[in-house]
Amino acid sequence: MSSFPLLTFLIFIPWMGVLMLASMPHAHPKIVRGLALLYSLSTLALGLLAWGNFDSAAPGYQFVEQHRWISLGVLNVSYHLGLDGMSLLLVLLTGLVAPACLLASWKIERDPRLFCMLFLFLQGAALGVFLALDFFPWFVFWELSLVPAFFLIKLWGGPGASRAAYQFVVYTIGGSAFMLLAFAAIFAAAGTFDFVELAALAHNGGLAAKFSGPVLTAIFLGVLLGLAVKVPLFPFHTWLPSAYAEAPTGASMFLTGIMSKMGVYGFLRILWPLFPAQLHAAAPGLIWLALGGVVLGAFAAMKQTDLKRMVAYSSVNHLSYCLLALFAVAGTGRLHVEASTAALSGTLLQVFNHGLSASALFFCVGLLEARAHGKRGLSDFGGVRTAAPVFAGLCGIAMFSSLGLPGLNGFVGEFLVFRGVFGLAPWAAAIGCLGLFATAYFLLTFWQRVFHGPQGPGVAAFPDLNGLELVTLLPAIGLMFVLGVWPQLLVSVFNPLVTTWVGSLP
Amino acid sequence: MSYSYLILARAILPEMALVAGALLVLGYDLVFGRTRTIKERLSASLWIGSFALLAAIVDSVAVGALGSVYGNSLVLDKLAVASRTGVLVLGLLTLGAAAGARIPRHPAEYVAIILFATTGFILMAAAQQLLVAFVALELASLSLYVLAGFAKDRRESAEAALKYFLFGGMASAFLLFGFSLIYGLTGELDLNRIAFVLAYRGITPLLAMALVMVMIAFGFKAAAAPFHLWAPDAYEGAPTPSAALIASASKFAGFTLFYRLLWPGLAAVAGDVSKPGNSGGWLPVVALLAGASLLLGNLAALAQTNIRRLLAYSAIAHAGVMLLGVIAGEFAGPGPLFYYVSTYGVATAGAFGVIAVLECNGGCQKITDLAGLSRRSPLLAGCLAVFILSLAGIPPLAGFFGKFAVFAAALKLNGLGGPAGWLTVLAILLSAVALYYYLLVLKQALVAAPAENSAPVRVPAATAVTLLAAAGLIVVLGVFPSLLLPLF
Amino acid sequence: MSLLPYTIYLSFAGALLSLAAGTRSATAARGVALVTAAGCWGLTLFAASGFVPSSGMQTLVNVPWIPQLGINYHLAADGISLTLVVLTGLAATAGVLFSWNIADRTGEFFAFYLALIGGVYGVFLSADVFAFFVFYEIAIVPKYFLIAKWGSTNREYGAMKLALYSFAGSALVLAGILWAFAATGGHSFGVTDLARAATGLTHGEQVGMFALVFLGFGVLAGMFPFHTWAPTGHVAAPTGASMLLAGVVMKLGAYGCLRVAMGIFPEGLGFWQPYIAWLAIAGIIYAGLVALVQDDFKFVIGYSSVSHMGFVLLGLAAANPQAVAGAVLQMFSHGVIAGLLFAVVGRMVYERTHTRQLDDLRKLPLHRLLPFAAVVFVLAGLASMGMPGFSGFPAELTILIGAWQTSKIWALAAAIGVLIAAAFTLRVIQVSFFGRTDGAATATDHHPLPPITGPEKAGAFLLLAATLLIGLKPDLLLNWIVPSLQSPLMQSVWHGGVP
Repeated sequence: MSSFPLLTFLIFIPWMGVLMLASMPHAHPKIVRGLALLYSLSTLALGLLAWGNFDSAAPGYQFVEQHRWISLGVLNVSYHLGLDGMSLLLVLLTGLVAPACLLASWKIERDPRLFCMLFLFLQGAALGVFLALDFFPWFVFWELSLVPAFFLIKLWGGPGASRAAYQFVVYTIGGSAFMLLAFAAIFAAAGTFDFVELAALAHNGGLAAKFSGPVLTAIFLGVLLGLAVKVPLFPFHTWLPSAYAEAPTGASMFLTGIMSKMGVYGFLRILWPLFPAQLHAAAPGLIWLALGGVVLGAFAAMKQTDLKRMVAYSSVNHLSYCLLALFAVAGTGRLHVEASTAALSGTLLQVFNHGLSASALFFCVGLLEARAHGKRGLSDFGGVRTAAPVFAGLCGIAMFSSLGLPGLNGFVGEFLVFRGVFGLAPWAAAIGCLGLFATAYFLLTFWQRVFHGPQGPGVAAFPDLNGLELVTLLPAIGLMFVLGVWPQLLVSVFNPLVTTWVGSLP
Repeated sequence: MSYSYLILARAILPEMALVAGALLVLGYDLVFGRTRTIKERLSASLWIGSFALLAAIVDSVAVGALGSVYGNSLVLDKLAVASRTGVLVLGLLTLGAAAGARIPRHPAEYVAIILFATTGFILMAAAQQLLVAFVALELASLSLYVLAGFAKDRRESAEAALKYFLFGGMASAFLLFGFSLIYGLTGELDLNRIAFVLAYRGITPLLAMALVMVMIAFGFKAAAAPFHLWAPDAYEGAPTPSAALIASASKFAGFTLFYRLLWPGLAAVAGDVSKPGNSGGWLPVVALLAGASLLLGNLAALAQTNIRRLLAYSAIAHAGVMLLGVIAGEFAGPGPLFYYVSTYGVATAGAFGVIAVLECNGGCQKITDLAGLSRRSPLLAGCLAVFILSLAGIPPLAGFFGKFAVFAAALKLNGLGGPAGWLTVLAILLSAVALYYYLLVLKQALVAAPAENSAPVRVPAATAVTLLAAAGLIVVLGVFPSLLLPLF
Repeated sequence: MSLLPYTIYLSFAGALLSLAAGTRSATAARGVALVTAAGCWGLTLFAASGFVPSSGMQTLVNVPWIPQLGINYHLAADGISLTLVVLTGLAATAGVLFSWNIADRTGEFFAFYLALIGGVYGVFLSADVFAFFVFYEIAIVPKYFLIAKWGSTNREYGAMKLALYSFAGSALVLAGILWAFAATGGHSFGVTDLARAATGLTHGEQVGMFALVFLGFGVLAGMFPFHTWAPTGHVAAPTGASMLLAGVVMKLGAYGCLRVAMGIFPEGLGFWQPYIAWLAIAGIIYAGLVALVQDDFKFVIGYSSVSHMGFVLLGLAAANPQAVAGAVLQMFSHGVIAGLLFAVVGRMVYERTHTRQLDDLRKLPLHRLLPFAAVVFVLAGLASMGMPGFSGFPAELTILIGAWQTSKIWALAAAIGVLIAAAFTLRVIQVSFFGRTDGAATATDHHPLPPITGPEKAGAFLLLAATLLIGLKPDLLLNWIVPSLQSPLMQSVWHGGVP
């Protein structure tokens, strides 16, 4: 396996799909969609292949590919890919979510070829982010992912899409610009962009020795800003609700399922190993921000009347759990190994689970919207359960997964997060619970107002799920059950990694 | 000191050729003129005149640098030879322009007077004695007054001649007064001996007065501000070939004369402009004239709508740079200055040549009369572009290197450490201003659409060849300045 | 390598030939122009293929020109010149393709065009300040005519403004180099000779000379606040000319700043460095903000050029090998990208819709009417905002790294500039091509626009390929550039005048 560039194929097969679709301008939409789905599924297939060959006992990178790219003093860049447990987790998640997004967009009539091309491009870029181990290629993928996302929102989105897309990209690039500057500064001192080398430097104190304290803090803040906007961390989240709400269903699913994870991934891959001391110092403040996301996200979701915006805010809330755990560990983790392990495992699980449940929820809202001819207000529906019982059931499962019902996957992740945070910062866990309750409240409101009660106008004519929609939704629902009862399936993948992380806490 | 007539005869072979040519022109016209059309008379005169000029050029080159001639009344040094040849070439260009210009009423007289004027110029170029210089200058000036007023039927021409004459006469009077003072102070007419005598005496009030007199005359001849007032009217009113001659050959000869007068002759009382502070002497005066000319010429040119007045003010501005070249001559020698003067002469004579042709084809007074020239006559437009761009100092044309060399020489005096350096910077900055009005001309010629009723321009073959030769000269001398530079 | 000077001669010869061919037929003139431009480009590529990077200038020609003033016709090239020469060839070829539709006095158009190119080649290859200046001015004059004659909106004003700014700049340069020549004893105009002799100048002299020369060249490089010629000039210019203007002519200024001002007066650089950097930053940010609110499509691109040239100047001002390598890379990158943007705006859109007002374009579903143009513009826009994968990214990154090494606050300000660039580029992409994306607005509602022609496509592909190639493999150019920065001449730049 060592000579086979598996990771390169993972990234570039979707992009080859883009080229292929680009070369067939007159293909029938059906062929286009079919091909796109096939290319999209390649990720799942290769991801599973990688999993099969993955040595889950080893904490380091596997399937490493490293080639000189730009080999001069002024820019010293290598094409460096590698896969560890966290990457594998996210690759698998992408493999699951991406085809579902394409299926969810099956009905798009306007220029399906362009849609599929942009989507495959986005998928490849996201995979690149999860696999690249050198800042340069990593940033290439990171930024390039914005382009298709921009156009997917802009061209296929709702009435406010232009503004939303613009806001989304400008905010994100705004963050990225500072991250770029930060890495320029790091390179200026360290002469390398390689995450592995930089992490080693940071570990042995070499990085800190090259900068004066405040400068290193400034660099840390730059990177933090870039990542915080992407996740998003409160208060950098303001672009999110409108972008998610205006995007077409398939894109919303991918945005929340995969792209928001790019930020969390960045925290763990970059900020964590490169700036342990700074993160440790900043953690008390950052915990408050994460709590802000948890609580305010949930309360904001409560106030929404637009279902899509509600789910969008719930994403802010859920992603903030991940960050909460992360910051809690960074703050006081060294003292409580067990709690830290739980918190970090919870974070990674939450990343995966949120990807599944949030994209499933967006899909469900999309279905409602399609059936109601564009309406998606909280009060536009009612009694959908009687008209479409299967749909109601599956949607309900996704919701309960999202609010963390025991037995479903969401519970495991959130439980571990709270277990860990409670051990590290009990007060934060207490405040965070407010978010839990609010989440439960608004999701149940959603459930009640839409699926129960008197039937809204036109709801009686809602068809139940058709085959295509079932195929889209069922794998995710199935996994929610599987992971709910057997989280070990995933935990085993990243357990050694988490142990290493906890072991290297400052 | 020798007074050999033989050598003198050899030395003034070009002058003799010119005078003979002029007489031949007159005689031929007297004998055959009655039976010919005026056009034929002109072309015959021009042919004879051209041959005379060519013969003079050949003579001038063949005679070479003889050194002092006839007891130092004339000097045939490198500068004199190059300057004579240059003036003659400019005379030839003027004749070429005359071939395409409006036909004067008495063509033979016109050509003959041009030849006489040229005779005056080449004598000026070689004069080394105050009296010879003055006589040569008067010969040239009187001829030019006539040439300026030659179009007797036009009021403007008469006005031009009158103004030119009044100013010129006054300047001659000042010059004569100045010369007599110098003679009275030194007892010498020979420039070298004057220099020798002055080297032992400082500036006396009388000498200062003489210097002022000489400077006024010089300012007039060079059309330097504030003695420039005749120039715009003369350029505007005089028949075009006359204007070309006044602007080019006359200036060339005048600068040669005064350069010789100032540097070897009055060098001892030059003063110093490389450092701040008043040093006395004539250099500060020249510097003042140069600064005034640069400013006035360039700024006034911005406001002109008449192409000839524009060229007149540009001539004033160029005079400023030339005066800077005179200042720089202290160390750099005459090379940069005369490279500048000669290439300026070619460009400006060429520009007047183009105007002359256009005058015969619907008039050319306003800049807008040039509109659409590139459609009406690509040849004229192309040549005009070369001349104007050279005047503007755009490489690789000769005008650029002229400026470059003069500025470099002026800065070598003492960098930016004194008036000479400041003047140079002023000149450099104003050359960017100058580009504006030159581009206005070219905009009409190359960019603007032709007027409704404009017809294609017919260019006589002789003029076409002349203009092409002038343009070619500008380009070749611009690309290879070292062809010309060492000659002075 | 020894063939490189022929790019100059060929271009001038092509200019004359095109003038002659134009009197017969427009097609012949186009053919001559294309063959000349592509031929010169081929020469540069051929020369590049045999280029062995070295630390010094590799002399191509060196013969006495005007021995009286110590002027030699000295042409030489190092990696920096080679980069820019290749860019010139590329931009010129693409520019001809985008000027294919010039029907009015085609021969004259291409004559001016090729004369301009010849001058540009000359500047990039000159190792003698006099030759440098001569070619520099030769390149300026044709610009005036190209704009005044074949331009659009307000063309005579734009052309005159551009010409006057350029000449005012070159007057300053002239004053500076003559002063330096005189002050060093007036022996030689060779760049290396002058640089060596300039070590003997006083600090004040170096400071003054540097100011004159850098400011003079900076005007043409679009240095704030002397940049105002650029947007008006670009807007007024015909497409091919604005491509050259933004693509290579602004580079002349930057190259002059680097080669002449910095190379000869390193001490002066040491003094002026912070001022230049702040002017560059002001340019980056101010022009970016102005671009954000423009109503005219082409003005946006015009100001974006100023903003991007700000990065070049910042890289130069940072004065370390890192930043200067980035600046040179950015020169190449901006040359390609600006060319592409102007091609789309000027040729593909304006000449079809006859409007450049964003408010008018907003009402058209332009991405459906001109899908090819939309794709090209989006790619060019991404490249322009420094999206990774395109040439702008490695360039800006390198500049940021270098700027950080000199001053952290400069780098921070430049990063804000990156953000603004992204904002205005996105805005203009959004408004111009994707103003109407609602499903109802289909191509059939509007009169179809003439399709994109073959030469346009060819030109667009050339430029796109270049920006992608350099974006993905910047060391193709860096391999040439970086060794050149180790030359003795440059060493004194890095050490602030201490040789």
